[in-house]
Amino acid sequence: MRITELFDNGEFVVTAEVGPPKGIHVDHLVEEAKTYLSGITACNVTDNQSSVMRMGSLPACVALKNAGLTPILQLTCRDRNRIALQSELLGAAALGIDNILCLTGDHTKMGDHPGAKPVFDLDSVSLLHTACQLEKGVDLGGNPLVGEPPKFAKGAVVSPCSDSVDAQLAKMERKVMAGAEYFQTQAVFDSEKFIKFMEQAKQFGKPVQLGVIIPKSAGMAKFMNRNVAGVHVPQEMIDALAADKEKAKLGITGVEIAAKIIKECKPYCQGVHIMALGWEAKVPQLLELAGI
Amino acid sequence: MLITELKAKETILSLVEGKAFIINCHGCREIRFPEKEADALQQELMAAGKVTGSITTDYICNPENLKLRLEKHAAAIEAADTVLVFSCGVGVQTVAEMFSGKRVCAACDTYALPGFQGVTPLEYDCKQCGECYLNLTGGICPITACSKSLVNGQCGGSKNGKCEVDPDMDCGWERIYQRLKKIGRLDVLKCPVQVRNYATDDEVSK
Repeated sequence: MRITELFDNGEFVVTAEVGPPKGIHVDHLVEEAKTYLSGITACNVTDNQSSVMRMGSLPACVALKNAGLTPILQLTCRDRNRIALQSELLGAAALGIDNILCLTGDHTKMGDHPGAKPVFDLDSVSLLHTACQLEKGVDLGGNPLVGEPPKFAKGAVVSPCSDSVDAQLAKMERKVMAGAEYFQTQAVFDSEKFIKFMEQAKQFGKPVQLGVIIPKSAGMAKFMNRNVAGVHVPQEMIDALAADKEKAKLGITGVEIAAKIIKECKPYCQGVHIMALGWEAKVPQLLELAGI
Repeated sequence: MLITELKAKETILSLVEGKAFIINCHGCREIRFPEKEADALQQELMAAGKVTGSITTDYICNPENLKLRLEKHAAAIEAADTVLVFSCGVGVQTVAEMFSGKRVCAACDTYALPGFQGVTPLEYDCKQCGECYLNLTGGICPITACSKSLVNGQCGGSKNGKCEVDPDMDCGWERIYQRLKKIGRLDVLKCPVQVRNYATDDEVSK
């Protein structure tokens, strides 16, 4: 099932992110997803997230699909040139994976193989364009495909709380022109900024899913403020998280913060995308608190 | 060594909006400049009344030197809507920075050849990629100013205007966006999807 059909039906689409293991066993990933994420629409499967080498996104997508879940294949341009990317897209379609999220990808220097060659032959925009070409039955080199062409729900990302938000909106427009059909955002901790961003972004007429991270601790929030582009956790949230630890509330404050952001932003967006970062077990509680 | 080649004639003609001031760089000894072809094209532009003035000089990548040489052309430059630069990518970037409120266009693509490279006192870099993007980016090179050499806009890795890969480096696409905004040319961000052609290097070295 392509998730664009759900957006078209006016559904509020909830997705969450899972990361393949640095190893060959997917049982744990599938079990966690089945236990905590079966109530949501679809699971994004990351592609060597943060440039840290793991099992590929596609085999993990297939494992989730076999378990009855709807996976979204994340595909970055960091590790493959245009030939490998197109080949991966055809492979995905052949295996019944028809939801994709096209990303440029983090630089290799950010990960656990900093000496690796960063490819970036294509980028998020030209990858979206390439997926559209394949859907027309032609590859990027202009050569015809044999038989029925693939059909994808093509997603992209945008960073609404970036300090370069105007440049982000310009890039978002390029992604729409290149064929993006839905957007997932970087994590939002400032509802007002997101709502202001959506006033601009709604002109593109594409569904946008609010990006949500459950902040685990004050330390994690401070780390993101220092190191993660486009993410800023306000001081009062950091203070609340610090108090949580003192009162031994075991993380409920982070879930409450995330739920509050979802409630405030829900009228302005078409879905939520949760990056649980290991806290998948808290997703059902988050959705309940957020009233979804 | 490096080679500059003229972009397609129709491309260059489309770059000249209104009237142009032309800067030719006959450059360092390491460069091959298509003098005859450039001259023929410029004669044509002049005959059409599209040129306010021109200068042929060398080492335009030395801004102090260039500033002195351009002094007597101030009125002609002022009267021009476009500054059209026939040089390698470093030269175009130098001129674009010097006239950061004006439309500065690259008339050439720059290719690499083996051997000694041109010398510039500046930090601008030209990868000699053979398909100059400077006309789409306000004269700031996305190949050398962006850690990922992206040609379709900013990634999500810009924090406080800096590149997350190198905190000492400004985000190239934030610079490009601000430059385009300053010269009133944000419309070029709506250009068709760009896909780089990595075959250009090979074609030259054949």
